[in-house]
Amino acid sequence: MRIALFATCLADTMFPAAAKATVHLLERLGHEVVFPVGQTCCGQMHINTGYQGQALPLVRRYVRTFEPCDVVVAPSGSCVGSVRHQHAMVARQAGDEGLAAAAEAVAGRTYELSELLIDVLGVEDVGAYYPHRVTYHPTCHSLRVLRVGDRPQRLLRRVRGLDLVELPAAEQCCGFGGTFSVKNADTSTAMLADKLQHVLETGADVCTAGDASCLMHIGGGLSRLRADVRTVHLAEILASTEVEAAR
Amino acid sequence: MSTFLGMPAHAPRGVGHLRGDEPFPAAARTALANPQLRRNLEHATTTIRGKSGRVIAEVPDWQELRSAGSALKTYTMANLPRLLEQLEEKVTAAGGVVHWAADAEEANRIVTGLVRQTGEQRVIKIKSMATQEIGLNEALGEAGIDPVETDLAELIVQLGHDKPSHILVPAIHRNRSEIREIFLREMPGVDPALTDNPADLAAAARRYLRETFLSTKVAVSGANFGIAETGTLAVVESEGNGRMCLTLPETLITVMGIEKVVPAWQDLEVFLQLLPRASTGERMNPYTSMWTGVTPGDGPQNFHLVLLDNGRTAVLADEVGRSALHCIRCSACLNVCPVYERTGGHAYGSVYPGPIGAVLSPQLTGIEDNATLPYASSLCGACFDACPVKIDIPSILVHLRNQAPHPRAEKAAMAAAAYTMDRPRLYRRAQRAAKLTKLLGRRGRGLPPPLNGWVASRDLPSPPDESFRDWWRGR
Repeated sequence: MRIALFATCLADTMFPAAAKATVHLLERLGHEVVFPVGQTCCGQMHINTGYQGQALPLVRRYVRTFEPCDVVVAPSGSCVGSVRHQHAMVARQAGDEGLAAAAEAVAGRTYELSELLIDVLGVEDVGAYYPHRVTYHPTCHSLRVLRVGDRPQRLLRRVRGLDLVELPAAEQCCGFGGTFSVKNADTSTAMLADKLQHVLETGADVCTAGDASCLMHIGGGLSRLRADVRTVHLAEILASTEVEAAR
Repeated sequence: MSTFLGMPAHAPRGVGHLRGDEPFPAAARTALANPQLRRNLEHATTTIRGKSGRVIAEVPDWQELRSAGSALKTYTMANLPRLLEQLEEKVTAAGGVVHWAADAEEANRIVTGLVRQTGEQRVIKIKSMATQEIGLNEALGEAGIDPVETDLAELIVQLGHDKPSHILVPAIHRNRSEIREIFLREMPGVDPALTDNPADLAAAARRYLRETFLSTKVAVSGANFGIAETGTLAVVESEGNGRMCLTLPETLITVMGIEKVVPAWQDLEVFLQLLPRASTGERMNPYTSMWTGVTPGDGPQNFHLVLLDNGRTAVLADEVGRSALHCIRCSACLNVCPVYERTGGHAYGSVYPGPIGAVLSPQLTGIEDNATLPYASSLCGACFDACPVKIDIPSILVHLRNQAPHPRAEKAAMAAAAYTMDRPRLYRRAQRAAKLTKLLGRRGRGLPPPLNGWVASRDLPSPPDESFRDWWRGR
């Protein structure tokens, strides 16, 4: 299958490993990956901070860039959530019904990584090898906007060598929330403190999730604590094989 | 010629409790510094969440019930003027007197006047959000009338000269040893040997309240539902103190927000299943009191219903925001909210705290007076899942953020970001410049506000050597 990658601005700029891993994984599974270069950002930060008008060109850019593609994948539950639940609303708010209809059509073909693997490609065992003790944080938007359910855990359970340990109070928000993390830094930190404590309780070496943004938040907290736990995107784990492990 | 009735007005300033003294981030900071408060809230919300989750799981058609509740509320809001007039007609026909209050000041004036007419100096009160919202206790106090709260938690708040911090459990921020201290200090005739055993605390409150019930002739209540079809008012509560207030006095004055009307008696079938399971985690509400006007020889012989707007019509005018009026005050969204669990209710500055407060208060007052509340959420979505009438709180929060006044520096930064993001070549240059953040170090010393809020507790990620798109190009 020919799959278009929406890398997301955050992974593209700060966490390219997650986007590269998505490419490696899909190619290993026998698919062709394309990267339309007109892409930048889905506009979620603007929408969720109260700048819907400024998000409009970004919505239009996303829709025009990915309109020709049959299937689009992004390594982010949050960005796909915005594409699916906000893009048409932003277009409608601006009175652009044509864009709204186009946005709905493209959103219907845009998938978060675990959705693409299980629902579209029909694969649970992606042939990965990752010999680590791993705990999974279900990000809020993958869980409650996209309803990915246990798809990520089903993928992780089939990874050879991986010891998946349950995260206590997993479904509680890590406190990131985009600009919430700076506008309400103290409350965000209080939420993060509890999340970090739960991560540490698991004794895992690696905390994973489907969103680079939440991992940046959790990772930033773990780093400040000098904790011996790494944050690794779900795509990177699923892309790992014996070859990488031997390096 | 038609009469111009004016645009819907917001709740007036200077009266009631819908506005805080400081913005949410500052108030939250104060609350977060109180470890006892954090422990009390964590314990209480975890307990309620568990109890409610268990009884909701027993109901096979819970999702259908939620949809039914949502549909009934949507219908009600679309037909509000007709339903309110029908309610007025039915209540009047049953011997009650209906008053219309445009705002808090008018409602307080009406209630104070009605109490004065009775010549009484004291009223007993049933826990009610509407009367807290309008600051009725303060207005009565200024008129020389002593209001006594009879809900146990509300009594704790009143005796402690405190403010409610939760819609359902207004003293949720207090633990039992704090309650014992308040009773010993403030409750008339309390036994000095009082322990902090919950049963002893309840018994002390009962002794005090029983005397008050038997000697007070006027009661003030709110209402959970007002049935347009029959003119029946309903109050649901757990203690039975509300029923004392509704049956013993000679005069009953009910203050009801106009959005609490429901079309028909049968609609309670839906709401009385949803409310107790979502709020207290009970299968059935313990005390459900209903009355229709006045019944000769039984219960209060004078009944007044005060219908309160106080900004609700303004909320109704907003197509996205109006579903905040669907709220049945169950508090489920507070109990699941990770922000509320950390900060408690006082940080929201309004009697309506938590996620529903963050969408309701700014709409009642106008967004300028509660500009930081729509941002008091990480948009995690737990509130939407928990709401028994399916209010999409996260979407309303985003909608209100789009109306909120924005700081000038933020506006400039957002405009620059959007401009860059819409120009891929400029965007690529900006990505390369992002590497310069390495110069800041992982602790990001010297970052300006609000970005310094991030590095106060979190390290910055190290920027990569090349962006994904540069890697892709060189592949």
